[in-house]
Amino acid sequence: MTTQDIIKPENLVYAKPSIMNDNTMHYCPGCSHGVVHKLVAEVIEEMGIVDKTIGISPVGCAVFAYNYIDIDWQEAAHGRAPAMATAIKRLLPDHCVFTYQGDGDLAAIGTAETIHACNRGENIAIIFINNAIYGMTGGQMAPTTLEGMKTSTCPYGRDVTLNGYHLPIGNLVAQLEGTRYVTRQSVHTAAAVRKAKAAIKKAFENTLAPEKKGASFVEIVSTCNSGWKMSPKDANDWMVENMFKAYPIGDLKNI
Amino acid sequence: MAKIKGAVEVNTNRCKGCELCVVACPAKVLGMSKQVNAKGYNYACMVNPDACIGCASCGIVCPDGCISVYKVKIEN
Amino acid sequence: MSEEVRLMKGNEALAEAAIRCGCDGYFGYPITPQSEVLETLMKLKPWETTGMVVLQAESEVASINMVYAGAGCGKKVMTSTSSPGFSLMQEGVSYIAGADIPALVVNVMRGGPGLGTIQPSQADYFQTVKGGGHGDYRQITLAPASVQEMADFVGLGFDLAFKYNILTVILADGLIGQMMEKVVLPPFVPRKTNEEIRKECPWASLGKTPDRKRNVITSLELEPEPMERRNIALQAKYAEIEKNEVRYEDIETSDAEYLFVAFGSAARICQKAVEVARAEGIKVGLLRPITLFPFPYEHIKEQLTHVKGILSVEYNAGQMVEDIRLAVEGRIPVEHFGRTGGIVPTPEEVIDALKQKIIKK
Repeated sequence: MTTQDIIKPENLVYAKPSIMNDNTMHYCPGCSHGVVHKLVAEVIEEMGIVDKTIGISPVGCAVFAYNYIDIDWQEAAHGRAPAMATAIKRLLPDHCVFTYQGDGDLAAIGTAETIHACNRGENIAIIFINNAIYGMTGGQMAPTTLEGMKTSTCPYGRDVTLNGYHLPIGNLVAQLEGTRYVTRQSVHTAAAVRKAKAAIKKAFENTLAPEKKGASFVEIVSTCNSGWKMSPKDANDWMVENMFKAYPIGDLKNI
Repeated sequence: MAKIKGAVEVNTNRCKGCELCVVACPAKVLGMSKQVNAKGYNYACMVNPDACIGCASCGIVCPDGCISVYKVKIEN
Repeated sequence: MSEEVRLMKGNEALAEAAIRCGCDGYFGYPITPQSEVLETLMKLKPWETTGMVVLQAESEVASINMVYAGAGCGKKVMTSTSSPGFSLMQEGVSYIAGADIPALVVNVMRGGPGLGTIQPSQADYFQTVKGGGHGDYRQITLAPASVQEMADFVGLGFDLAFKYNILTVILADGLIGQMMEKVVLPPFVPRKTNEEIRKECPWASLGKTPDRKRNVITSLELEPEPMERRNIALQAKYAEIEKNEVRYEDIETSDAEYLFVAFGSAARICQKAVEVARAEGIKVGLLRPITLFPFPYEHIKEQLTHVKGILSVEYNAGQMVEDIRLAVEGRIPVEHFGRTGGIVPTPEEVIDALKQKIIKK
């Protein structure tokens, strides 16, 4: 049996979700964003909630998330996505409202909006890409940058006497009464991707729960191979070795 | 006994040559093309098609959604 | 139906009017002298009657971004604040302008700069009519001069916002927010259903249906040509608004030799000054701009046939006076009289200023 005999529609077992359109993504080769975008699209498609899902894209690399998934979107000012999600969810209570944010957006400029949306127990999902660096602006230090890690604004490595410590904001929001589900996942292997997808699905399902139970927060520990100045494969290996120590994978809260 | 046989189809225009699918493939089916696509990337391709088991690991880790995976069961 | 007359503060009337005009959501943060708006809404619990959402946000930055998001859903949403809070809101204000969406913001002005004073002021004129946030944009600006107008301008503000997909600002001074007057509250209008919004605002992000492409609320455009096209479209919209929406009130202007131009509560001081000055034999009138953007340039120019000088009376160091000078193009004297620090001038002070700065010239 030849390859051509196998490649037939009836034998298809995996393809990108149909609501992920054919626009070429602007992300660098090997960027974790693409995988997470695909998971978000798969979950929305499988749940059949295209007509009642509103995504909020951040300022950062994922600013153009709205170009790739065919749902309604709003583009936030830097850090304000959780405030926006709050308003949309309250005005459209039967909708699935999610934010998609990076570490600079969520844990630096938008810390107040993140903490307060979580603390109010908003029935929203927050997808948080933590790659410990500012990607879009060219690889500057993020609040999540590891101690000693080099970036363009800490070229000799993050010095705690100068810049303080990496901010484990997932642990912070897990402490709040207003969150119901806080988990930390990754997308560097097929097995990890499957788990991350299940987490995103659970978060999205939580937003549609009939009673307001609280915010769902899915942190994806990710790579930024361009910003880290590594190949995609080496970036994955570096992440496993270094990032997972500071940001251990697994559920932080699930009630 | 039935044998599983898979095949991978790569959207070569969309592929950015990150090679994560090559790393993810447990059967060492995938490699990189010698040719480049319109954007100048060497794209992923099957270098050992007979070994493919259709597990879809390559597609699952692909950041650009360029991989479709097909699978058939062949009865002996 | 008999009219419902109430005695209320301006801020309270505004809150009542918001519920009655079918507002979908209010997102605010306490700041003197407008905190009664949020307090009144929380007391009235409109979520139990009309379904209107009311939320105390963590900051003005959050509240304006909540308004931006609600507006992006085609909902009638608003916030209110006072000057330092309005400064914080400029980020969201600029995004609302860039995304071409309708919303309502109320600024009950207090004195500045900085933390300034909680006393009344009109020092945010420049901030509101000349920009405030980044980028080339305008916002419709309504200046109420009574508690009645505080109530009426909510409905009007939303109507204009949705007519042009633009932000309307109700620019009130602390005096209008705090003082009590008789007011006839507007009748109840039901909130729009999502189906109605889908029809009337086809751009709104309410969830993608199979019959249309995805709706994206954004102001981002990296390519220069589309970005310029967006800016040209915005400017065309502003020109249309300048053509259609200029509002003002004339008080004894037809035979006036001199003119006060004043907005908000300063216009009320001037109205009394007109009465007192006319008793003294000074033929003075009052022109009260109701819209500050669009500004009544043409109407002021029309006064040149009979007016010999204009005094702009403002609770600031001289802001609107620049627009009046633009209108008269140097043909007659235009001077400013104002008090700052929260001091409200008396009619006598205003008449003295007219005599010293204009009539003696």
